[in-house]
Amino acid sequence: MMWGVLQFPGSCDERDALHACEVNGDGARLVWHESRDLDGIDGIVVPGGFSYGDYLRAGAIARFSPAMEAVAEAAAGGAPVLGICNGFQVLCEAGLLPGALLRNVELRFRCHQVELIDVRDGTRLSIPAKHGEGRYYAPEEMLDELEANGQVAYRYADGHNSNGSVRDIAGVTNERGNVLGLMPHPEHAVDPLTGSTDGLRVFDRLVQVAA
Amino acid sequence: MTVGTPKHRELGLTDSEYELIVEKLGREPNDVELAMFSLLWSEHCAYKHSRKLLRRLPTEGGRVVMGPGENAGAVDVGKGYAVAFKVESHNHPSAVEPFEGAATGVGGILRDVFAIGARPIAILDSLRFGELDSPRSRHLLDGAVRGIGHYGNSIGVATVGGEIYFEEPYEHNCLVNAMCIGFAKTADMVRAAAAGVGNSIVLMGASTGRDGIGGASVLASAELGEGDEAKRPTVQIGDPFEESKLVECCLELLEKDLLVSLQDLGAAGLTSSAGEMASAGGVGIDIDVAEVPLREADMEPFEIMVSESQERMLAVVEPARVDEVRATAEKWQTGSAVIGTVTDGGTIRILREGEVVGEMPVKALVDGCPLYDLEPAEPEDWIYGNRQTLSESATPEEELLALLSAPSIASKRWAFEQYDSIVGSRTVRRPEQADAAVLQLPEAGNAIAVSIDGNGRKVACDPYAGTIEAVLECAQNLACVGAEPLGLTNCLNFGNPEKPTGAWQLDRAVSGLADACNALGVPVVGGNVSLYNEGPEGPIYPTPVVAMVGELPDPAQVSGNAFVKEGDAIGLIGPLEPNLAGSELAKQRGELKMGLPQPDIENVAAACEIVRNAVRTGKLNSVHDVSDGGLAVAIAECAIAGKIGCETNIEHLRERGAQPTEALFGEGPGGFLVSGDRTTLEDLGTVLIGTVGGENVSIGAGDRSLSITLAEAEHAWRSLGGRAEPPA
Repeated sequence: MMWGVLQFPGSCDERDALHACEVNGDGARLVWHESRDLDGIDGIVVPGGFSYGDYLRAGAIARFSPAMEAVAEAAAGGAPVLGICNGFQVLCEAGLLPGALLRNVELRFRCHQVELIDVRDGTRLSIPAKHGEGRYYAPEEMLDELEANGQVAYRYADGHNSNGSVRDIAGVTNERGNVLGLMPHPEHAVDPLTGSTDGLRVFDRLVQVAA
Repeated sequence: MTVGTPKHRELGLTDSEYELIVEKLGREPNDVELAMFSLLWSEHCAYKHSRKLLRRLPTEGGRVVMGPGENAGAVDVGKGYAVAFKVESHNHPSAVEPFEGAATGVGGILRDVFAIGARPIAILDSLRFGELDSPRSRHLLDGAVRGIGHYGNSIGVATVGGEIYFEEPYEHNCLVNAMCIGFAKTADMVRAAAAGVGNSIVLMGASTGRDGIGGASVLASAELGEGDEAKRPTVQIGDPFEESKLVECCLELLEKDLLVSLQDLGAAGLTSSAGEMASAGGVGIDIDVAEVPLREADMEPFEIMVSESQERMLAVVEPARVDEVRATAEKWQTGSAVIGTVTDGGTIRILREGEVVGEMPVKALVDGCPLYDLEPAEPEDWIYGNRQTLSESATPEEELLALLSAPSIASKRWAFEQYDSIVGSRTVRRPEQADAAVLQLPEAGNAIAVSIDGNGRKVACDPYAGTIEAVLECAQNLACVGAEPLGLTNCLNFGNPEKPTGAWQLDRAVSGLADACNALGVPVVGGNVSLYNEGPEGPIYPTPVVAMVGELPDPAQVSGNAFVKEGDAIGLIGPLEPNLAGSELAKQRGELKMGLPQPDIENVAAACEIVRNAVRTGKLNSVHDVSDGGLAVAIAECAIAGKIGCETNIEHLRERGAQPTEALFGEGPGGFLVSGDRTTLEDLGTVLIGTVGGENVSIGAGDRSLSITLAEAEHAWRSLGGRAEPPA
C-alpha cells in the first residue's frame, strides 16, 4: 500500500502522517496542494493542521485545491481516504463525508488522550485528540441514516466526548466506507514511546473496508 | 507630546546620549536617524545596563555550536545534528493585550530559532501573573494562554512545558516569556552576519505596516495634524499562518543553500535586523524603503525602518540566486522583495527612491551606545508585601491541602491542555508526566530534555541564592528524566536597574547564575533581558527565568513522576535541607522576609549525577524532585499522578536540622523522591521513607504527622480549572 499525504500551506501534522503511513504501509510521499498527481498512490491521508490558515472556516478553502479534486476522483474510484482533524473538516467541506464540525462546546482548543470505541466490534482505542473545532454535527434524520448504514465508525467512550459531538461521534465514513474522517489523531498513536500504537488499527480498518 | 521636551528625550535617550550621537555623526541626526538610534540605543537592543554584568557568564563548552550573539544558541546533540534554543520576554505587550502579546511572543521566538536554520520542534513558556483571585490576573492568564495556544497550535509546533506562578508583585506587570527549541543539521545552520559586498538584501514574509511603532510614535505625532488618527501606532498582530509559510520557505531556502545569511525582524524591526547583520559582518548596508512592500500607503521612512510588523525575515542573497529565492517564496505564497545591498565602508544608508534620507556609521548605531555601571544597594528589609491566607493554627492536613491547591503549585492542566503538545511526534513525556519535557530525536538516535524555571519569590528573598536555586531546579528536573545538561539560556526579568534595589537584585542574580553555571559546567548559550518591569506599585519579584536543555541516550528508559506499583519502596536522594525561607508555606502564612540558606551546588550536582545514572538503567519506577511546597507536596503529587496512595515517614530529616513543619513543607535544592524495588533503592544509597500503596497519603512527621485521602489530595491539586476562568 503506497500512501499519499496532502500538504497545504498551514498543514501541521503532515510529517507525522507521513511517518505513520511509512510505518503502516509500503511507503508514502507528500502531495503538494497544487498538484493533481496521485500516480502510484493507493491511499490518501488529508492531514491535520490549519490549511490555508483555516480562514473563513476550517477546511473551507482547502476543499477547492487541485489536490482535493484529485482526491475526490480517487475516492469515487474506491481508494481509501483518511481525513484526520483538519482533514476531516476538509472532507466534510468537500462533501466527501456527511456532517460538519463546529467549535468545541467549551470554546477552547483541547489536547488530551481520549478513548474511542470502534463501532464495528466495540474495541477501545487510546488516541490523542487536539482541536478547537471538533464538535461533530449532522441533522437528526441524517444521523439516523448514518447509523443505519453503519457509517458511524468511531464514538468517544463515556466521559471522553469533551467537544460535545452529537451522539458521541468521533469519526464517520462515506456510504461506501472507503472515505473515513475522524477528529482524534491516529497518526500520533503509532509509537509506544509517544503514548500508544492504537492508531495503526485505524489505518488497518480503513484499508480492510476499502479493499 | 509635551511642548518644549526635546524629541530625543521623548524617545528615551538621555541628553548625554544625544550629545554622543551628535558627536559620532558630526551633526544633528534627522528624524529617521534619531528614530533608529533611539531604538538601537534602548535597553532592549543595547543591553546598556546589563551587558557588563553578562560578561560574568560562562559561554564556552565543548558542545556549544552557537553562543550568545546569534539569533539563538545551539548545542551539538551528535551525528551531525544540533539543538537550538532561546527564551525571550514579551511582557509589556502582554500586559496591554495578552492574547496578541503572548501570540507574537511565540511568533518572535520561533523566528529567532529558524533564523539560524533550525526547524522549531517545541515551545515552552514561563508566565507570571498577580494572584488568581484578581480579575485582572485571570483576564491576563486567559488571554496569554489562548494566545500561546493560538500561535503554537496553528503553526504546528508542540508546546511541551512551562510554568505559571501567581504572585502579587506581578499584578500590574505580568511576565510572558516564551522559549523555542529547534532541531537542525549542523551543516545547514546559518549565522546572521551579512557578507559579500554587492549581495542583495531580501525582505521575506509579511508586508510592513504601522504596527508596533512603539516609542518612535512621538515622531509620528510630531509630524501629524490634530485628529489624524490613522497613523497611530498599534499593537503588533500575529498571523501564525503567515509564519508557517515563512518557516517552510526559509528552511527550504537554507536546505538549497540559497542564503548567505538570515536574520529575523523582531523588536525595532528593520533597524535592528539590518544594523545587527551589518555589524556582525563588518560591512555596510543600503536599504531603499521605497522597495519595502507596505500594508499602508504613504508610510514615512522612519516608520518603515522601525515598524514591528510580524512574520518578516531579512536575508542576504547572492544576486545570481535572487530569482530562485523569489520563486521559492512564491511557492510558499509568502512575500519577497529586494530592498537593498551589502556595501563596504561600514555605513548604513536609508534611501527613498535613491535619495539618501539617513546615513549612519554601523559601529556608532549598533555598538556605540554607552554601557552603564550599576549602583547597587541592598535593601534594608523585605520590600514586597505579605498577605496571610493560612492561619498558624492550621492542622498539617489543612496546610498540605492549602499548598496543593495554591495556584502556583496546583496542576496546570487547564492551561496546558489548550496547547498541542504532541505535533511533530517527538514528545515522549507530555506536560506533568515527568519533571522535564522529553523529546525524541530519532535522527540523532537519542533524546533531549528541557526544563524552564524561575521562582521569583525565592530570588526576591536572596537574588544570589535564589538564582542558583533556579538553575539547580532545572538541573534536577533534567536528572529526573536521565538527562545531562548541555546548555542553558535565560531571560532576566527585573525592575528598574537605575534604582539601587533593582541594580542590586540584577547584579546578585547574574553572579548567582554565573556561579551555578560554572559549578555545574553548563555554558550559557544565549539570553534575553527585560528590565523596567515596575510601576508605581513597585517592582516585580526579580525573575531570572532559566531554561536548560539536556541530552539522554535512550528515551525508552525514562520513568515518569507517578508512583507505579503497590509495595514499591519510596526513597529520598540528595542533600535536601528543607527550610521555610521563601517557601509557599511562608507566603501563605504571611511570613516572607529577606534571606535564604546558601545552596551547596557541588552536593546537589553529585545527587543529580546519581539520579541521572539510576534513571538511565531504567530501574526506577518514579522520580520527582522536591520543589515548591516541599517534600509533602512532592509525595502527594507522585501519589495523585499514580492514582495510588502511600505510607511514609520523614522524621529522619530532623537529623538535618529540620523541625517537623520544615520537613513537611520546607523547600530547598537537592531533594529527589524516587520509588522502585527496595534493593535498587538501597543500592543507590537512598534514605528509605516509605511504601507505595493504599488510598491515603500518609506522612509521619512527629507531632505534625498527617494523613489525607488520595481523593482529597487530588481534588485540591486539580482545583485550578474552575478558578482560572476569566471574569465574564
